Amino acid sequence: MYTQALNNLEAVSDIEDAERGAAFQARIDNEEKIEPNDWMPEGYRKTLVRQISQHAHSEIVGMLPEGNWITRAPTLKRKAALLAKVQDEGGHGLYLYSAAETLGASREELNEQLLSGKAKYSSIFNYPTLTWADIGAIGWLVDGAAIMNQIPLCRCSFGPYSRAMIRICKEESFHQRQGYELLLTMCRSSEEQKEMVQDALNRWWWPSLMMFGPSDKDSQHSAQSMAWKIKRFTNDELRQKFVDATVPQAHYLGLTIPDADLKLNEETGHWEYGEIDWSEFARVLKGDGPCNKQRMKARQKAHEDGAWVREAALAYSEKKKSRRGQQAA
Amino acid sequence: MKDLLFAYILRLADDAAILGQRLGEWCGHAPTLEEDIGLANVALDHIGQARALYSYAGEVEGKGRDEDQLCFLRKEREFSNCLLVEQPNGDFAETIARQFFFSAFMLPFWEKMKASKDETLAAIAAKAEKEAAYHLRHSAEWVIRLGDGTEESRERMQDAIELLWPFTGELFEADDTVKVLVAEGVAVDPASIRDEWRETVGKVFGQATLEMPEEGWAQTGGRSGMHTEHFGHLLTEMQYMQRAYPGLKW
Repeated sequence: MYTQALNNLEAVSDIEDAERGAAFQARIDNEEKIEPNDWMPEGYRKTLVRQISQHAHSEIVGMLPEGNWITRAPTLKRKAALLAKVQDEGGHGLYLYSAAETLGASREELNEQLLSGKAKYSSIFNYPTLTWADIGAIGWLVDGAAIMNQIPLCRCSFGPYSRAMIRICKEESFHQRQGYELLLTMCRSSEEQKEMVQDALNRWWWPSLMMFGPSDKDSQHSAQSMAWKIKRFTNDELRQKFVDATVPQAHYLGLTIPDADLKLNEETGHWEYGEIDWSEFARVLKGDGPCNKQRMKARQKAHEDGAWVREAALAYSEKKKSRRGQQAA
Repeated sequence: MKDLLFAYILRLADDAAILGQRLGEWCGHAPTLEEDIGLANVALDHIGQARALYSYAGEVEGKGRDEDQLCFLRKEREFSNCLLVEQPNGDFAETIARQFFFSAFMLPFWEKMKASKDETLAAIAAKAEKEAAYHLRHSAEWVIRLGDGTEESRERMQDAIELLWPFTGELFEADDTVKVLVAEGVAVDPASIRDEWRETVGKVFGQATLEMPEEGWAQTGGRSGMHTEHFGHLLTEMQYMQRAYPGLKW
């Protein structure tokens, strides 16, 4: 009886969910924005929390490879620009965590997932920044790839994410131009610096292509995300757009893309690129990249070293509250 | 006179550059994301001030040295920043104590500098004053939170204060360079700031339930290029690129 009643309830809620689901999809098809208090399928919520938090974590972990060069920037102007850029990344992390909070995922909980290794972040940040040219390469290639991914997200069906992305994209495109200008300055200054830039391109090119994720035939999440208009283009489409935009920029710098198979298809107008080493991508995602352990250790250390500060801030704010309460009484 | 002015501007530039350099070390490692952004912001203000001051110093000197040559190509004994700003970040309490002591001095300093007969310094001061007001508010709030937070945070904050206190006396020193430029109406007399500084520090410590250390021996030397052992390491890192790849454009 009891079980049966429950079964009935489930059946009713299934029908309700099916109806609500259809209405939800109709709103999406109609290009309406979904807001935090609107009903949404659990899968939609989960997909968004996963994607937004991964994006937020990437911003935070991404502060580390760039932060590595703040104290060694070659000029004061570059130091200021890099500080401002890394500060922007932190700001992006904040908006994105806030967007995830509107879906019921707290920042503490998401941070725990990052520190325990449960949550992923962009695999690109597991590569090291070895020379100053890497700072330019990150701006040009990594932010360039991020923009390709993120511009369509400005039209994402979930309102808070879409609005966060509009602001983030403006800042990212500034970073990308700044990175390119840094490399252009180096390439024009001396042969030695140009070699440094070429070396950076050699190391960052393939990992940047991997940023778009697995090829469409292997992508787990693409189809549903496209239907929900969380995603607007497939991984391979975005990767192609990136290659098409970036190859001429590399040539303008006088650099060679480290891909012997790269060629322009005159008919389609697209640059065709060689096979991506997916075993490297899988390996780095799994945790065996050049800096995975170091990045996690740095985040964990910051969290542990800062624990007493956060506890103090909490204790102080509670004292203040209770004093205010006493005064009021 | 020109030499004195050059030396004076350079001190202010070095203070800002070295503190900015120290704060930049925090990036990505702060106790909260908000603080990561906050400390980067304070660092950025100091780097901005350093750029304006070095550029002006270079102009006054008239030997064609630009902001980067002055920051990245002078040697340890040529730097004339106060010792306080070069002290290592330590834990968050030390960073906050360093900032608080410095900003509690710099806010009234820039306020007075706005009246300088030197128009460029007065203009730099007008901008720097607003920044210093924020730096003071931000660091004072943390001194209070940490002092009146938990037992551990209070102990760390008090330790940081004791550690850095001997470096605060140098802020108020006036050597011949300063005295001549004060008489000319160009420089700020640091002694004139002492009471306000003590009052600010005392008030904040009171709210934070922290003890004000006894006036005692003050360690000095920075203004004449006698630095602490930490300083060479800081320069090694900061100047690495310009030393390894001299004469290139970046």
